[in-house]
Amino acid sequence: MYVAVKGGEAAITSAHELLAEARRGDPAEPELSLAQIGGQLTLAVDRVMTEGSVYDRELAALAIKQARGDLVEAVFLLRAYRTTLPRLVASLPLDTSAMLVRRRISAVFKDLPGGQVLGPTFDYTHRLLDFDLARPDGQRPPANEPEPPATTDDQPVAPMARVADILGREGLLQPETEADPCAEVGDITRDPLTYPAGRDVRLQSLARADEGFLLALGYSTQRGFGKNHPFAGEIRMGEVEVQIVPEELGFAVSIGSLTLTECEMVNQFKGGKSLPPQFTRGYGLSFGESERKAMSMALVDRALRCRELGESPGAPAQDEEFVLSHADSVEASGFVQHLKLPHYVDFQAELVMVRDMRRKFESRETSGEENGSERETALRG
Amino acid sequence: MSAAARALPVPDAGPLLCARGLTKSFGAQPALEGVSFDLWPGEVLGVVGESGSGKTTLLNILATHLAPDAGRVSYDWPERGLVDVHALAEAEKRRLLRSHWGFVHQNPRDGLRMNVSAGANVGEKLMALGLRHYGKLRARAEEWLGKVEIGPERLDDLPATYSGGMQQRLQIARNLVTEPRLVFMDEPTGGLDVSVQARLLDLLRKLVAELGLAVVIVTHDLAVARLLADRLMVMRCGRVVESGLTDQVLDDPHHPYTQLLVSSILQA
Amino acid sequence: MEASVRLRCEADLTGLAGYNFAYLDEQTKRMIRRALLKAVAIPGYQVPFASREMPLPYGWGTGGIQVTASIIGPEDTLKVIDQGADDTTNAVSIRRFFARTAGVATTEDTEAASIIQTRHRVPETRLREDQILVYQVPQPEPLRLMEPRESETRTMHALEEYGSMYVKLYEDVTRHGRIATAYSYPVRVEGRYVMSPSPIPKFDNPKLTKAPMLQLFGAGREKRIYAVPPYTEVRSLDFEDYPFSVEGWDEPCALCGATDTYLDEIVTDDHGGRMFVCSDSNHCARRRAAAGEEA
Repeated sequence: MYVAVKGGEAAITSAHELLAEARRGDPAEPELSLAQIGGQLTLAVDRVMTEGSVYDRELAALAIKQARGDLVEAVFLLRAYRTTLPRLVASLPLDTSAMLVRRRISAVFKDLPGGQVLGPTFDYTHRLLDFDLARPDGQRPPANEPEPPATTDDQPVAPMARVADILGREGLLQPETEADPCAEVGDITRDPLTYPAGRDVRLQSLARADEGFLLALGYSTQRGFGKNHPFAGEIRMGEVEVQIVPEELGFAVSIGSLTLTECEMVNQFKGGKSLPPQFTRGYGLSFGESERKAMSMALVDRALRCRELGESPGAPAQDEEFVLSHADSVEASGFVQHLKLPHYVDFQAELVMVRDMRRKFESRETSGEENGSERETALRG
Repeated sequence: MSAAARALPVPDAGPLLCARGLTKSFGAQPALEGVSFDLWPGEVLGVVGESGSGKTTLLNILATHLAPDAGRVSYDWPERGLVDVHALAEAEKRRLLRSHWGFVHQNPRDGLRMNVSAGANVGEKLMALGLRHYGKLRARAEEWLGKVEIGPERLDDLPATYSGGMQQRLQIARNLVTEPRLVFMDEPTGGLDVSVQARLLDLLRKLVAELGLAVVIVTHDLAVARLLADRLMVMRCGRVVESGLTDQVLDDPHHPYTQLLVSSILQA
Repeated sequence: MEASVRLRCEADLTGLAGYNFAYLDEQTKRMIRRALLKAVAIPGYQVPFASREMPLPYGWGTGGIQVTASIIGPEDTLKVIDQGADDTTNAVSIRRFFARTAGVATTEDTEAASIIQTRHRVPETRLREDQILVYQVPQPEPLRLMEPRESETRTMHALEEYGSMYVKLYEDVTRHGRIATAYSYPVRVEGRYVMSPSPIPKFDNPKLTKAPMLQLFGAGREKRIYAVPPYTEVRSLDFEDYPFSVEGWDEPCALCGATDTYLDEIVTDDHGGRMFVCSDSNHCARRRAAAGEEA
């Protein structure tokens, strides 16, 4: 006699054991330390912090280790941890113009005060596999290109004026609306997102959004699906101080600093009935050195401002509900992968119906053919 | 007053458009079976029937948006005589659609560029035909907005800022600016409220008469058909069940289906 | 000249073992050269080609690099500019790439170059019949603005349906009283194909027409090659009553005093200070050198 399948609990326990084994890999190799991940897989850590929306390199490194390097899974782990944290205080808005800049480039001016600072970038590397890196540190031949002169590490860099402010002074760039000091900034982790969304919660969603999704959407605007003529006005990366005003003190104190990447896209805008021709902007901000993310975010932010700027929406990247509802990797990954859960009750219902419909189709097919030949005869006659 | 009361244009040559044995099915579902008719220059042909009767399929085949499974649509191309429009090369087909014909969609958004001004919408076909003078383009656009009763102050506005009725009139202007000989209309008054419909119908009647346009208009609304059409074709299940002069068909319907249609709708 | 000698030595030292001359294998080069021949035969027509993965990212000049790699020989002298200048980072990177992979001579001197690869500018110096100008093209399709779908734009080109391009110009004049396209200004080649001149400022458009040099355009990501053969007519689209015109500056170049060149705006402080200098750094340097000799 058939006995229904049972034993889920034992199966799950075994799966977890296998997972732990697979994560550890060959026990003959030394285990990865969090310091190694945090110090050498820095961009993976940055991405996980950004999308996990927790600025903590050690936790992000742990999440990456635990997730076997699956960054979307690591983001998930970090988010699930974040949600348990108390929210103690809201910081003052960050002043990115006071950033201690390690990288700063502008594509719209050849030169500007503070100069173009390349910093640690892949940009002008030739993507040729460097087989020397396959060998451990000590056994590598010395690099034949001269080391670039040291920059920011030992010399403090004066705060650099932001390109947006330089353009803004001439009125060429649409000013960001002054924040209403009394208005609460929305928080998508406390309140559900509703549409139309304000720019505050929209930017929050984009900051947490999956990099790949934003990259593809940003790319689509460049290729004509919601074109808005972007220029990289400025991309800057470096350290920014976080300040809070404790209630008992009544003045601002610094509680530390964050590494951030900020991108301001400058977009062509022809003006409208009530607006003069000027440039508008899209804004992107990410933790660490997540530059691709910050740029994609800025493109999509600008695309989503289409209604506010009187452009007629139509492209996927301009559809706020489409973008914001599908941008979160934790939500998307969860729902796509939920298809692995048993669905056999629903499937059974479908089976019954499709079988029934096929029977009807087949019987109509047989009688339909006869009708057809009758019709032909009639036409010929 | 009915459309039939105005003087019918006298055809001096042959018909403008001939449909013969048009048949189309979608999968196992027949949509059109052996439809034939002639359309004469300056004539307005109404195609009526309920949804699913095949009238929209017919229109799409006539306008070359769809190819028939069997049958043929011929058009009297000046200096070339009757040509099989479905056999034309893509370039010629587009030329036909651009300069000889027009197509008015039920939803004006399908027939307009919503992200450019009304003036550019009206001027586009002229630009496609080679007009390269901004001042002249603008003047023609303004003239045509006037003909469809849209004030010159709206020339530079986006169609999105127009009401539904205005959008439809703009679409008509965009189609008529190249003075086509034949215009297809798919429920041009559908989706508009009654007072707006009446104004649009009046306007269409006037323009059709002024320009001597031939029109094939598809509608489920017999009142629209009575006002605009010289001749009617009643369709049901992909076949023409009755046709004739509009007043004749509506006042003295012969086919039981037409009788049903008339009695159910036209008791005003 | 000195610069080219130095760069050649550098190349010899760092030559790239394990790769073919100029990186691409000869089969690929032949494929690209066939596409180039077709492009020259049909001026302004975008020829699809099997663009390769390159060791530089898409959008950074992979199309131009593939074209250059396919036409360059050991005797050639290469100049690479970006924004008109030889010392911009991406130009330096691409020049180094060819110095490394082909070991060819490189130069900053426009007159000394046999191949000039460029992004966003046409040199101010008039080029000759024995020179080839290779443009890097991010988006080859000029109709993309009005129509995002490739299947449709290819049909529009095939049928010469260019009305929608004028819709864009019409809107510009309506909104701004002039044609408000400042770069990537579309042109019509030999009265047939509408073509994007790549994102050069429209200031450079007049340099394309009836020009002695061969002009090749490569778009790597979009996998298209097109060309303007020598002495081909290239017309910027416009209206009869709003003819094409180019931008000008109120002041001359702050370095060489030129009044007929394209100028870059340099922000000198954050209190609104700025100066204007030639974007074509080689042209500017030569003018200054000539002025120095005279003085």
